[in-house]
Amino acid sequence: MAMNNILGLFAHSPLKPLQSHSNKVTECCSMLVEFVEATFKGDWDMAETLRAKISEAERQADLLKREIRLKLPRGLFLPIDRTDLLELVTQQDKLANLAKDIAGRMVGRQFSIPEPLQDDFMTFICRALDATVQANRVIDEMDELLETGFRGRELNFVNKMINELDSIEDDTDQMQIKLRKMLRDIEQNYNPIDVMFLYKIFEWVGVLADQAQRVGSRIELMLARS
Amino acid sequence: MEILQEYGSLLILLTALFAFFMAFGVGANDVSNAMGTSVGSGTITAKQAIAIALIFECAGAYLAGGEVTETIKSGIINPMDFVENPEVLVLGMMSALFASGSWLLIASRWGWPVSTTHSIIGAIIGFACITEGANAVRWGAITGIVGSWFITPLIAGVLAYGIFFIIQKLIFDTDRPLRNAQKFGPYFMALTVFILVIVTVAKGLKHIGLTLDTGDTVLISLTLSLMSLVISLFYFRTKKFIRKAHNSIFDGVELVFSILMLMTACAMAFAHGSNDVANAIGPLAAVVTIVESGGNITASAPIAWWILPLGALGIACGLIIMGYKVMATIGTGITDLTPSRGFAAQFATAATVVVASGTGLPISTTQTLVGAVLGIGLARGIAALNMNVIRNIIISWVVTLPAGALFAIIIYYILNLIFR
Repeated sequence: MAMNNILGLFAHSPLKPLQSHSNKVTECCSMLVEFVEATFKGDWDMAETLRAKISEAERQADLLKREIRLKLPRGLFLPIDRTDLLELVTQQDKLANLAKDIAGRMVGRQFSIPEPLQDDFMTFICRALDATVQANRVIDEMDELLETGFRGRELNFVNKMINELDSIEDDTDQMQIKLRKMLRDIEQNYNPIDVMFLYKIFEWVGVLADQAQRVGSRIELMLARS
Repeated sequence: MEILQEYGSLLILLTALFAFFMAFGVGANDVSNAMGTSVGSGTITAKQAIAIALIFECAGAYLAGGEVTETIKSGIINPMDFVENPEVLVLGMMSALFASGSWLLIASRWGWPVSTTHSIIGAIIGFACITEGANAVRWGAITGIVGSWFITPLIAGVLAYGIFFIIQKLIFDTDRPLRNAQKFGPYFMALTVFILVIVTVAKGLKHIGLTLDTGDTVLISLTLSLMSLVISLFYFRTKKFIRKAHNSIFDGVELVFSILMLMTACAMAFAHGSNDVANAIGPLAAVVTIVESGGNITASAPIAWWILPLGALGIACGLIIMGYKVMATIGTGITDLTPSRGFAAQFATAATVVVASGTGLPISTTQTLVGAVLGIGLARGIAALNMNVIRNIIISWVVTLPAGALFAIIIYYILNLIFR
């Protein structure tokens, strides 16, 4: 009886699950700070524990992603494009995958960042994580965007936040350049394989920030197309 | 003819019983569509919904139900065609009533969405066609009525879109949403009251003996709406309200709209009563007129005084006895429907339905509400709408017209056997 009367018309909002997914992904990425600190200290047991935690969080994010996909049948009339929304979830999920990969490979090689580079590396990775946090903040504003019908002041506010995301990603690019230079100056002192591995780590962290910016662009596209 | 003289009072009694049965059905099932959005958005509880519906459905039925009752009584078929055999008209109306009442019962048992309006009209057309032939039906009027079934959701949609847009511009898309909500909220309240009062007073009060000219009508409407304006202005400034409206920016605004939604819930109940009571008592009014005039069918005759109250009572009973259960199954889990949306949808629906009642058009409240909600969805105000439900609703309507006709024909033959 119930679902064929007027209230069957209202379907579950996809925005809340989207926000849960974003929170889970950000949580997963933020564990990288503790992880990197453990590797600095050479505490590989702790690092392994944290890697397992990151992996678990990534798995939970996958579950949330699947739920979102299942709850978006074609017959829904949404204020935003359905394909845009699904694409956004996919991109967002990649952030968690990247965090898991970084942690996994570092533990695998049991090789940590050399002392001279540690401070700058910590700043670098924190800035990259700032990008993921900023992307999360944008997703959080979706509620307010819906309230205002996706236009007006709120939309301008969100677009500004996305621009900030771009500048954060820019910062990380600069930091990566600096780190690579610093490494070049001392690379003779280390095993060549280890050095290549270090360059790779810098690259992956840069990709993390890139991906967060890509999430921001997806949201911008989604809002602009309306 | 003799049947009328012999069984006159029995016929009236039976028809009154059927009408009560039908009104009971309207109260039990249909009202959940009118009050559903209010309960679903958490603005009122199921118990409060029943209380509001009780008062305002009855008020709407009694004060504003006259015009649509008139249409169902004599606007669909041409009563003059039955001058030779008035008892056919009487039995026909009885069977139409019983048929749509039973269809209502069956459909709600099985969980199909049902339109009481469609079933009674289908039933009346049904018996008219098999008795006096297709000429007895006023096809012109029918086209108008069916046309209105398509137009009213459209109008409600456009109206809802407009209101939502205005709300966005005046309140949400500003520096100080809460302030503006407190400032403009009372005007929306006054507007709702104004529309309800003006349509009721302009059209509905003839049968309780009040005739007013245009000037008086406008005056009364303006006075009542100004009163509501002032009351709500004061309420929004009280300490109690300000304390409640604190959390995030938009929570306070939504609180203002909760109050407004309470008002439009009453308006919805009123509008629904005014339009749907006729589905139950229209045929009864026809039967009573014929029997009491001894078989004389006159072109227009006033509705007997006790008929509208009977309809109102039937709705009330259905509401109290079964409505609570139906309403409770709705639940308050639909947090995605915020009061501001609910207000826009309900305002648009109530306004459209009340105006339609004023012009005597029997329309479907549910359909109009769906149109309004879609209008807001188009303005990107709702998170997700399930379009499959619309498909189901349309299918059920297409089925109801012939089903009502079929049932009516069957019951007519049965009644024929009994009384002739």
